Amino acid sequence: MTLLVGIFFAVAIYLFLSQHIIRMLLGAAVLGNAVNLLIFTSGRLTLEIPPILTGYETTTGMLTANPLPQALILTAIVISFSFFAFLLVLSYRAYQELGTDDTVEMRFAEPENQDLPPLGY
Amino acid sequence: MTTIDLSAAMITQASPLADWLVVAPLVLCMVLGAVLLMVRKDTQIQPVIAIPGLVALVLVDAALLAHVWMNGTVTMTMGRWLPPFGISFTVDILGALLTLTGGIAALAGGIFGAGDVNDSGRRYGFYPFLFLMMVGVSGAFLTGDIFNLYVWFEVLLISSFGLLILGSERGQIDGATKYAFLNLVATTLFLIATGYLYGIFGTLNMADIALKAQTMDDKAPMVTLVSMYLLAFGMKAAAFPANFWLPASYHTPRVVVSALFGGLLTKVGVYALIRVLLMLFPAERDLLGWVIALIAAATMVLGAMGALAQTDVRRMLGYLVISGIGVMLAGIALASPAGVAATVFYAVHSMIVMTALYLASGMAARASGSFSIAEPGGIYQSHVVLAGITLALFFAVSGLPPFSGFWPKALMVKASLDVGAWWLAAAILLTGFLTTIAVGRVWVLAYWRPAPAPPEEASMGGNGAAVTQPPALSPLLDFLPLVMLTVLVVLVGIFPQKLLELSQIASEQLLNPAEYIKSVFPTGGLQ
Repeated sequence: MTLLVGIFFAVAIYLFLSQHIIRMLLGAAVLGNAVNLLIFTSGRLTLEIPPILTGYETTTGMLTANPLPQALILTAIVISFSFFAFLLVLSYRAYQELGTDDTVEMRFAEPENQDLPPLGY
Repeated sequence: MTTIDLSAAMITQASPLADWLVVAPLVLCMVLGAVLLMVRKDTQIQPVIAIPGLVALVLVDAALLAHVWMNGTVTMTMGRWLPPFGISFTVDILGALLTLTGGIAALAGGIFGAGDVNDSGRRYGFYPFLFLMMVGVSGAFLTGDIFNLYVWFEVLLISSFGLLILGSERGQIDGATKYAFLNLVATTLFLIATGYLYGIFGTLNMADIALKAQTMDDKAPMVTLVSMYLLAFGMKAAAFPANFWLPASYHTPRVVVSALFGGLLTKVGVYALIRVLLMLFPAERDLLGWVIALIAAATMVLGAMGALAQTDVRRMLGYLVISGIGVMLAGIALASPAGVAATVFYAVHSMIVMTALYLASGMAARASGSFSIAEPGGIYQSHVVLAGITLALFFAVSGLPPFSGFWPKALMVKASLDVGAWWLAAAILLTGFLTTIAVGRVWVLAYWRPAPAPPEEASMGGNGAAVTQPPALSPLLDFLPLVMLTVLVVLVGIFPQKLLELSQIASEQLLNPAEYIKSVFPTGGLQ
């Protein structure tokens, strides 16, 4: 499991370092899953029974699986999914408007060789 | 069959009414955001709902601050489970003070937006996004749970994306792409660190973490953890090695959006750094103190140097935001009571001044037709009041008396000298000097210099919301927010005692979190 998380992170970082937005998007998707698996692992993996109480028992009497990482991951999945959807649309708009998905050529907000401020009055 | 004693782990009676004040800013913003989303087609009615809503927000925030000041740290826990299981909101002076300042900045932005944001911007949801962003900002300042903090970061981030691409211009989409990717990486790092933190401590409640961190023996994973938080929040706060998303994007949106971003967003990153580094992991922060000091010095000096090299006023202001972050980080690096108090004071000052400066630059651009400092001139001749206010704000941002920037900088220099960090003090003074040159030049060139004889438009810096046909500045919608913020800047500069006292209390509460912990666990905790 730990190895898998490591591989996921490596892939995500490699894709993020790419020049093209579309590969960075794939990196963002992989990164989200890597983090979810990481939280899952850090909640300890055990082969126990589900943490469900029926009726009026106070405990199940046995070790139960940890329910909190699942709640955290569910939240993280929702957030990273909406994030990914937004980035997808934004990149598509960027490709439409700017005519490139190459991050090196994206210099519309910060043009190259901008004039320096005047030195005299 | 045994009966279960719920009172040990659960809340059995309803929350007292005063505690509802803790979540009131969030509830108010969320409800108003939803209402404004429903009426988003009706562009005339939106400001009519939004501006009283923001006034109410400021009043609620002020009431919360007064409540916390009088009664000490307040905690409200949601969902019946007691902490550390339930999510609690814990408000100390720091959280309440920054929420109030954020509310004031949002009010100024909301009023200015009524005149600045056109109908299409409103139809695309300027006001709903503004309120949802305030949900995120207030939530981040008020929460007492670290995963909840992550959720609020995402809330404010998603709304800030919406605000950033409001006009769908080329530059905006370009800037937003960089902003979105780099902030995605930063929040993901935050989430990774939080995952590890949960693996080490088995809890996400801040008070519980602070308690357990004191008795934790194994330091090695903790230093890694704290470094990851430092990187994640440093990226959010635009500290030096990870600051490049800010000058790439902050000058692209509408000027009122830039004002809100410059005032609010980076300070949330600084707040998170203060909370996590100073309150949760003081021992590990001590190990990293020199790293933070180096980052602080580099951030402030390079920010000021970046400001010197800009022709566009908005880009220069973006670099000044970064430079201010450096000064705040210096207090975190020192971690002495005086240094932290100066950081809190400077955060409040910076939120107000940066918002006001962006608004003033937007008005100057409307008056003269361009954001560039090389072309226009004569704003002093045509708009004396605006030029005067801008001069006061420029003095404030460079840290000259009698304005609000002077006190926190003076305190910070003294705090650095007290611990023998002369080079940090020198960096602060050098930053102040460079900032004075940068803003002084803007004022001399764009305001003081007479207007060029033929007023023909070359529209060089036309990548933003530069208006070619300058409309008249409305005294109510444009000047009111600016004057309101400037009056605050002057008042804080002349009467700094109250704010200083608040910052000192905040700093004591942070460095000795006993009151915070006691507020969350009144009986000493469920260990």
